Amino acid sequence: MSQMYFTEDHEWLSVEGETAIVGITDYAQQQLGDVVFIELPDEGKDLVQGGQAAVVESVKAASEVYSPVSGTVTAVNADLEGAPALVNEDAMGAGWFFAVAMIDPTELDNLMDQDGYDAFVAGLE
Amino acid sequence: MRYLPLTDDDRRAMLDVIGAASVDDLFRDVPRAAWNAANPDLPDHAGEIEVERALAAIARKNLDCGAAPCFLGAGAYRHHTPAALDYLIQRGEFLTAYTPYQPEVSQGTLQTLFEFQTQVALITGMDVANASMYDGATACAEAAAMAARITKRKRILVSGSVHPHYASVTATQLQFTGLEVEVLPPDPLAMEDLLGRVDEDLACLIVQTPGFFGHLRDVTGLADALHEMGALLVVAVAEPLSLGLITPPGAMGADIVVAEGQSMATPPSFGGPGVGLFATRSKYVRQMPGRLCGETVDVDGRRGYVLTLSTREQHIRREKATSNICTNSGLIALAFSIHMTLLGEAGFTRLAEINHARAVDLAGRLGQIKGVRVLPPTFFNEFAVTLPKPAAEVVEALAARGILGGVPVSRFHPTYPELVEVMLVAATEMNTDADVDALVDALKEIL
Amino acid sequence: MVDTITGNQALQIEQPLIFEQNEPGRTAVDLPAPTVQEDRLGTLRRKTPVGLPGLSEPQVVRHYTRLSQKNYGIDSVFYPLGSCTMKHNPRLNEKMARLPGFADIHPFQPDSTVQGALELMDTLAHWLKELTGMPAVALSPAAGAHGELCGLMAIRAALEARGDARKVVLVPESAHGTNPATAATCGYEVESIPGDGNGRVSLAGLKDKLGPHVAAFMITNPNTCGLFEGEIVEISQAVHDAGALVYMDGANYNAIMGRVKVADLGIDAMHINLHKTFSTPHGGGGPGSGPTVLSDALAPFAPLPFVVHGPDGFRMVEHARDAGEGQQPFGRMKGFHGQFGVFVRALSYMMSMGKDGLAQASGDAVLNANYLHARLKGSLSASYEGPVMHEALFDDRFLKDTGVSTLDFAKAMIDEGFHPMTMYFPLVVHGALLMEPTETESKQTLDAFCDTLLALADKARAGDAADWFKSAPRHTPRRRLDEAQAARKPVLRWSPPSEG
Repeated sequence: MSQMYFTEDHEWLSVEGETAIVGITDYAQQQLGDVVFIELPDEGKDLVQGGQAAVVESVKAASEVYSPVSGTVTAVNADLEGAPALVNEDAMGAGWFFAVAMIDPTELDNLMDQDGYDAFVAGLE
Repeated sequence: MRYLPLTDDDRRAMLDVIGAASVDDLFRDVPRAAWNAANPDLPDHAGEIEVERALAAIARKNLDCGAAPCFLGAGAYRHHTPAALDYLIQRGEFLTAYTPYQPEVSQGTLQTLFEFQTQVALITGMDVANASMYDGATACAEAAAMAARITKRKRILVSGSVHPHYASVTATQLQFTGLEVEVLPPDPLAMEDLLGRVDEDLACLIVQTPGFFGHLRDVTGLADALHEMGALLVVAVAEPLSLGLITPPGAMGADIVVAEGQSMATPPSFGGPGVGLFATRSKYVRQMPGRLCGETVDVDGRRGYVLTLSTREQHIRREKATSNICTNSGLIALAFSIHMTLLGEAGFTRLAEINHARAVDLAGRLGQIKGVRVLPPTFFNEFAVTLPKPAAEVVEALAARGILGGVPVSRFHPTYPELVEVMLVAATEMNTDADVDALVDALKEIL
Repeated sequence: MVDTITGNQALQIEQPLIFEQNEPGRTAVDLPAPTVQEDRLGTLRRKTPVGLPGLSEPQVVRHYTRLSQKNYGIDSVFYPLGSCTMKHNPRLNEKMARLPGFADIHPFQPDSTVQGALELMDTLAHWLKELTGMPAVALSPAAGAHGELCGLMAIRAALEARGDARKVVLVPESAHGTNPATAATCGYEVESIPGDGNGRVSLAGLKDKLGPHVAAFMITNPNTCGLFEGEIVEISQAVHDAGALVYMDGANYNAIMGRVKVADLGIDAMHINLHKTFSTPHGGGGPGSGPTVLSDALAPFAPLPFVVHGPDGFRMVEHARDAGEGQQPFGRMKGFHGQFGVFVRALSYMMSMGKDGLAQASGDAVLNANYLHARLKGSLSASYEGPVMHEALFDDRFLKDTGVSTLDFAKAMIDEGFHPMTMYFPLVVHGALLMEPTETESKQTLDAFCDTLLALADKARAGDAADWFKSAPRHTPRRRLDEAQAARKPVLRWSPPSEG
């Protein structure tokens, strides 16, 4: 059973064992509007927590996506290249960005859970 | 004053609405130290008659190319432009429009940009082109920076065949970016070893064809060697008309092609404004600088055009943009595009043939003058010659006879003694048999 | 949606691409057959057709005439695009630039044959230096952003010449995007300076960021909120005290020309957009020209080439070794000698206006902007108190709860025969609407514009009109275009049908 975590930069993280799948939240895709392009990291790239990992672009904006945890990229969502709209349609599922083999599970302590994130978003509006 | 519609009555009425005592009162945030401190040493306003008279007097101090046999090139070429061209670019809806940020009221500009991008891609043999850069030299600098972004490497190598202005603009523009630009010495005999300099640190090699001294270069082998090392080939073209007759860079493996479009767009106008052409492979499009126009549909499903992939640009990406360029050379791009449309396939290729034939004829005639040697074995419409005297002196002597005979290479490379006697000579469809006779006769006298 | 058989609507005619009008072999030029002789192409003769379409002259003229009719331009409509200075483009400028002695001269003619061209550049430089009070000007930058690069490169060269490697350029958050992009092109890191809450730079916030690592502060003045930075002298002093230099973005110089001596503001460099301030046409995106005035501290580092005047007349200096004692040019920014054709147009305008006319023009530009501000602020939400300078900034508070956005409001203006104002810039206010009328609009035009905007605002607030706004524009050759599709599946050129 996977566990969900969230960041203040509106990334989500689904953790199962030592693998984490990363995407942007539904709130984030709504703010961006129509997503037109996603620049994903190369497989095998080493990421550090809080470091830039990807870029997501709408027509009028480009936003950096930061890695919520440190580790190595083990997979990227190749479907996004031909169908960036997946991020708008299913941000929390088919619109995932990349998977990371985590090296330090204690980093998860810095992240929010679903209730924490919901409260964080409510505070923004 | 003819450009100002407000009357004094208007101004008083408007100040009343605003609630200000005077126009000066509206400037109250300006520090007094700088207020009207300028009482500039400048004249007051003047009517059209006076301005025309004064500027025409200045213009008459120049020897214009229409009044002299002219064989000048070196990156700026004089071609005939059909009368319809200048009429069309002066239509106010083209001339006085801004960048097409509101596509519903800019479909005219946008469709012409889409056609321009296609024409540039076709002549260069590349996949895609942007909506223009300032000129060929700055486009060359942007290509080097783009190659560094793509390869994530820092070293740029510039061949001695590249126009010295393109090379120095590239070196200048990149000097503070952490990239290394190495410009090879001028290469009048096309002898430089480029293959031996290709290595795994190289981001790109920049070559020009036809080269600055005239040579045509088959860069296919270079492209292969560069690609094997993970580096890119940038090809600069200073005379786009050449692409009507010679194999385009795209067919020889170029990754980025930059060109100066002036020759097909506008009179030389002392070198500006021109228009930078910039084309590349589809896979690199997101690393391109400058604006791009793309096709889409409107809410009623009708085909239309918009500026697109804007997230590369400074107004969105700010310090992470692919370039700082904003204003480009839109109207000259339009002029280029209209001229290409007027020429069409038949006209463009024939005009290129005429230029080449004229240059071959001129080279034959000059080569028969004692002490004159044509350097490049292959060329398009321009070639270097060696003279038995310093070229700058010969050019002055020709000018004194009312002939604009060539460009002394020492003007670009004053520190190379071996180039003192080298002159560039260009021939176009504007040159008559009488022009060639005049040049040949004058040279015989001078040399 | 149109209901005609052709899809045309009277003057609005559907026009296919030139490639769709192709008839192979057709051309709009009659050229003689080339004389046949041996070629000197080696192995490089083109082996494949270029692929250009063939059209005749009447087709070409009609094609571009019809396309032109799908554009708004200053010639046809009020174009209050903030920060873009869309003033009237006098046709005298065009006529002068086409004199054979200006248009038909080659950049590499001997200096002795282009004394007039060199004189014209020298005269333009004189006007720019006199107007600004600055001691030097680099004419070669090709546009505003290129002028910014010129100024920052001169700053960096000057700092490096004194052995002072600094890493950071400070930029206000309200700045145009070219400012941070230019700083990055010059190898600097960019740090943002907050505003003071009243649309201006916070002097205290700036002082907090200043330090030995700061190379320069870039400030737009009048700024992008349409306000004059009244503390500019103190700002320049603070920047200089920290050992850094001041770049003033002169994009909005139209508000102050002939009235403010920018040298007395304490700045070190400023570009001037000849294509805005001095009335040369924007041409659907260029060409521009961005001469950059420089202080005594930066003048020695001005780029090549430049014109000097000597005993034998004017001379073009193209190499550092000819630049004169103490000169250390940082390099060359552009091929040839700069945007000469734009210089001619700008000088034609300057001579027409004179120093009295330029001062009258900046006064009228500011008066017109304040008039818009005064007439609209009771209904639209003005972001800041006046007086404003050359442009008036509004935000979208007046549209709150109407369901109408800044974009919708702007698109409705199109149907009313106005080009929209600048939208969503500057970023420091929400849903920005930035209006710059310029001095070449009459009071009648401004009144018609204000009456229209006030009526549109009333309509938005009345409710039930959100759909009407969202479906605007309705009377244009194309209605709202799908920008997401354009970016997701870029189609950047025409391809023959067989290639898909």
